[in-house]
Amino acid sequence: METLEQIAARITAAMPEAKVAIVPNPALPGQSSLRLSHDCAVAVARFLRDDAALRLDYCSNVTGIDWPERVIKTTVKTKQIVDGVEKEVTTVSEEFQPGCLETVYHLYSMALKHGPVVIRMRTADRADQCHMPSLTPVWKSAEFQEREAFDLYGIRFDGHPDLRRILMWDEFTDFPMRKDYREPDDYDYEPTAHDAVVEKAARHAATPAQPFAGA
Amino acid sequence: MVMHETAIMPPVKTSRLEGDILEISMGPQHPSTHGVFRMNVALAGEVVVKLKPVFGYLHRNHEKIGENTTWLDSMPYTDRLDYFCSMTNNWAYALSVEKLAGIEVPERAEYLRVILAELTRLQNHASLLGFLLSDTGAWGTPLMYALREREKILDLFEAISGARMMCNFMRFGGCRCDTPDGWLDRARKVVNEFPAFLDELDTLIVSNEILIARMQEIGKVSAELAINAGLTGPTLRASGVNYDLRKVDGYGIYPRFKFRVPLGAHGDCYDRMMMRTLEMRESISILKQALADIPEGPVLNPKVKIRNFRPPVGEGYGRIEAPKGELGFYLVSEGGVSPYRYRVRPPSFVNLTILEEMCLGHLVADVMVILGSIDIVLGEVDR
Repeated sequence: METLEQIAARITAAMPEAKVAIVPNPALPGQSSLRLSHDCAVAVARFLRDDAALRLDYCSNVTGIDWPERVIKTTVKTKQIVDGVEKEVTTVSEEFQPGCLETVYHLYSMALKHGPVVIRMRTADRADQCHMPSLTPVWKSAEFQEREAFDLYGIRFDGHPDLRRILMWDEFTDFPMRKDYREPDDYDYEPTAHDAVVEKAARHAATPAQPFAGA
Repeated sequence: MVMHETAIMPPVKTSRLEGDILEISMGPQHPSTHGVFRMNVALAGEVVVKLKPVFGYLHRNHEKIGENTTWLDSMPYTDRLDYFCSMTNNWAYALSVEKLAGIEVPERAEYLRVILAELTRLQNHASLLGFLLSDTGAWGTPLMYALREREKILDLFEAISGARMMCNFMRFGGCRCDTPDGWLDRARKVVNEFPAFLDELDTLIVSNEILIARMQEIGKVSAELAINAGLTGPTLRASGVNYDLRKVDGYGIYPRFKFRVPLGAHGDCYDRMMMRTLEMRESISILKQALADIPEGPVLNPKVKIRNFRPPVGEGYGRIEAPKGELGFYLVSEGGVSPYRYRVRPPSFVNLTILEEMCLGHLVADVMVILGSIDIVLGEVDR
């Protein structure tokens, strides 16, 4: 199979407007990934699926990752001459990294038996801009897995045919796989059809029993 | 009695008749849903016109628990994914971590893993066929035949790991312990006796008129749709797609063994059922080779840290051919004692994607056969 650099070069040659960045993977260089921008993602996905040399017809794994806002501290030690004496000075620089939600797709080719090619996309933020294009029209295997990413992370996939909760119940409002999710105190409480009956039974029990007639 | 105000019940969703379409909710407590699984089915007469699977009844957010515990502590928890096949779940997780951290596995452990994984495949496929025949109306007897054989394999698992189903046997860089005395001979005996059960099963199923009527041409999936919908395992190969990860990835020491990959021609329920019986015969062939060749030696790489295990920063996706299909683990490490992201790619969950397409146009009674032929386990679907 071609290297990721060659694939990226061929994508930009075929679609000059497409923005593709290579994300290195220090632990496993063979599984480095391509980050796609939202506007070109579906077109690039179709290219990867239909290109004769790649034919990535099988989308194995689709998942989300949560990256909350964080401050990355980097400590740099430099030697400076202070008052004529050489001293080691540590400078701490803080870099603010905005939060986002990310999806990762692992693509393989069943026809040519190679892979994986990993592609990923990021949302603009973790609040009201959690949108990204759905790749279900390209690979149907993404349908339930994108629903799961929506359910657990709150990523809204534009163009998904049936974006509903899949593992949590429909009335649930939060996204439990996010790193800042906290369980509510009354976690066990869930409104059910029995509530009215329970209430009725409580009222029934609260009313004192009548004395016997004629007593 | 004191008169009191009548409590108003909230509207409860019930079966609804709209023209000729009847909407019914099948499950979650239906015996042939193989667990707690529900389908919202719309029927025109007896013919399925819409089907939406509903699941999540066993959801416990396995992945969140994996992110909040250490790398090794997730190992026993993977047993609970597909609770029929804990050995292959262990192997998939161990393989992914070994890939991420670059860990070598000793020779004897590789052989043990293959032996245990193929035994797992035998007992999974045998019990699946039993349940499938139960779904088609052959109550009891075939299932008991299958469970009788499964017991022999579970006894082997108990002897080697201490547990029949929740084995928790693999470790990063090998297996937890070596075989007890005489275990390999017991395994050889079970493997040598297994073909007799398969012959018995073949006489029951291959030309059984009821099975042919209920399964042939039912739930057909074309090869193109099967690939696009991400089907894996015997469900995929029944549609004629030659994709077995034991051959494609050649993980572990599978390239050393001679075995064939059975392929279906029609992609219907009957082919999916026959894939299992044919695969069991190939598993027996692999088991015989592995049990003959297994060398002496250590079963665990001594260089792997048990406590304070921290893989390098990065991410990795590892996958194996589990009995139900491709079981993958996607792990993101930030160098900590627990994974930053721990994702399970369950075969049962993805194989359900085109359940609706498989069932459309068939009778409601066929839905159960189609669902049974996919082979799902809800512990893995719901996670």
